[in-house]
Amino acid sequence: MDTPIISARNVRKSYGRGPNRFDALKGVDFDIHEGESVAILGKSGSGKSTLMHVLALLDAPTSGSVELQGVDTHTLKGRRLNRTRNRTFGFVFQQFFLTANSSVLENVILPMKIAGVGRRERKRRGLAALEQLELADKARNKAVDLSGGQKQRSVIARALVNNPRIIFADEPTGNLDTTTGGVVEDILFGLNRENGITLIVVTHDEELAARCDRRIVIRDGMLVEDSKLVTA
Amino acid sequence: MNVLDLIGSAVSNTFRSKTRTVLTVLAIFVGAFTLTLTNGLGTGINAYVDDTVTSIGASDVMTVTTASEDSDPMGGTDSEPTEYDPDTVASAVGGVPGQTVVALTPEDLGTLADVEGVLDVQATKPISPDYIQHGDGTQYVVGVGSLVTGQTIQLAAGSEPDDTSDELQLVLPVTYVEPLGFADDTAAVGETVSISITDAERTQHTIDAEIVGVAEEGLASPTGASIVPNEALTSELFSTQNIGVPTDEQERYAQASIWFSPDATDQDVTDLKAALADAGYTGTTVDDQLGAITTVIDAIVLVLNAFAVIALLAASFGIVNTLYMSVQERTREIGLMKAMGTGSGKVFGLFSLEAVFIGFLGSAIGAGLAMLVGTAISSNLSGALLSDLPGLTLIAFDPASIAVIVLIVMAIAFLAGTLPAARAARADPVTSLRYE
Repeated sequence: MDTPIISARNVRKSYGRGPNRFDALKGVDFDIHEGESVAILGKSGSGKSTLMHVLALLDAPTSGSVELQGVDTHTLKGRRLNRTRNRTFGFVFQQFFLTANSSVLENVILPMKIAGVGRRERKRRGLAALEQLELADKARNKAVDLSGGQKQRSVIARALVNNPRIIFADEPTGNLDTTTGGVVEDILFGLNRENGITLIVVTHDEELAARCDRRIVIRDGMLVEDSKLVTA
Repeated sequence: MNVLDLIGSAVSNTFRSKTRTVLTVLAIFVGAFTLTLTNGLGTGINAYVDDTVTSIGASDVMTVTTASEDSDPMGGTDSEPTEYDPDTVASAVGGVPGQTVVALTPEDLGTLADVEGVLDVQATKPISPDYIQHGDGTQYVVGVGSLVTGQTIQLAAGSEPDDTSDELQLVLPVTYVEPLGFADDTAAVGETVSISITDAERTQHTIDAEIVGVAEEGLASPTGASIVPNEALTSELFSTQNIGVPTDEQERYAQASIWFSPDATDQDVTDLKAALADAGYTGTTVDDQLGAITTVIDAIVLVLNAFAVIALLAASFGIVNTLYMSVQERTREIGLMKAMGTGSGKVFGLFSLEAVFIGFLGSAIGAGLAMLVGTAISSNLSGALLSDLPGLTLIAFDPASIAVIVLIVMAIAFLAGTLPAARAARADPVTSLRYE
């Protein structure tokens, strides 16, 4: 079997010290393979967001290790860590995190700007990504003027634009009504199926989780259910 | 993120909150405007003083007097009575009336010529005429100034006196033109005036001379309200004045001018002064005389600049405040950028560049407007209030010092920006993304 794209080994994460110490993750193990769609399920405060931050290298685990294609991410520091994040991950957030007064195109090309891609290339790829999400006509509009669904599609375009291997989606439909939420879900799973991008969805929505190949349930910082292990 | 993108993003971020940026820029504008104006004032006045240097004296000339034992420049303030010295004469040029110096004799002139570094010696002949008169008009008291080679007069009309000519020529100060009954400056040129001078036997002589030029009255005119005669007229006046003076007392001079090499360095000049002091003389260069003026102007400008810098300091707190608010507002954006792989250094650069750009806007607008206003003010004033000082541009601008001001303001802005920029750079992406 090939190397998992992400492999978490006994990941622990705690905040604070002494009596105020709070263990958000209490030893989590799992592997995620390229092309999978995984739902990380859990109630608020379960530690699922912390898990996502650790997997996305936004936060380092207190103990244990996270391997990215067999590379221990502990060894990634500074510039290399930033580059890995920029090249490997795309992010979709519940609150969108679009810069309100910039144009949709400006927002979408931000990851490429950070990567140092040239101006013309940025524009071309940015417009292509918007085209893919049927937002090409909104490229010049300000992000603040978009509807919720359009905003989330812009965010997905932004997540896609750098051709990431993994997309992290944190409650991607949390701020959307059922219909637009459904559309956004279709787009995300379409990308997973057609482009082979690994999709990691963090949610407490059972229906969304049901559409994923696999569900990992977190409760009180522990992995309580992994559908893959059950079927295996 | 490459440097150009970083600058581009910083510039566009600056305009994201327009009102706030405009207010901060205004605060810096006030400081930069004041600094540019006060600096321009210093440049203008000092340039004027420099321009008049050549009219006060050539840079390779030194005025020499005998070192007096009573070297107190105010003379007479010494409580001890000064012993009488028959060689003492009243100094005719400069100084407080009644101030005395020991006269230079031809012997002294010989000694001076032998001092190392001295190229030439020329005694200043003191001449005190009684009055000047045109035709049968009113008689006016007048002084006589003298020019040494290298000095120039700011002429309103005509030409400088010709020292090689045998004709008796003089240049008239502009203030004497109308009282003497001439229609204007040009009308006076070519006319003849009479100068009356009294000799040692109390006999009044009248000498006629031609007006070849009319001199402007400068701030530091070499002659003030004096006529400038040519060599021929000087000799004529001097010999007339000395009629009846015993021959051994005729050649008494209050001061002399010596010439040294035009390439002399400051060190050479200092050495020459030391050599003169050893020989018992005091040498003063034009720079020494001007030094006092320039120092006073520089001190005033420094005080004015200090006020402008205080204004800039106040403005820099405005930058700190503006950027702190900006960092606060953009916390999530910073978090997102960091999550997407922007390094802390780049985030720091982004915010400090923003501060530098605000500084640049304020200082460029401030300096630009100050130049416009300053030019308008000085051209208005030189036509009205300061018309007595021809050639004075009250507020002048030197591109180098303007550039320095803009750079200094940008540096101050950068320093002010480091605090908020460091906060932004330290922000943890996870915490920032949770921030509501």
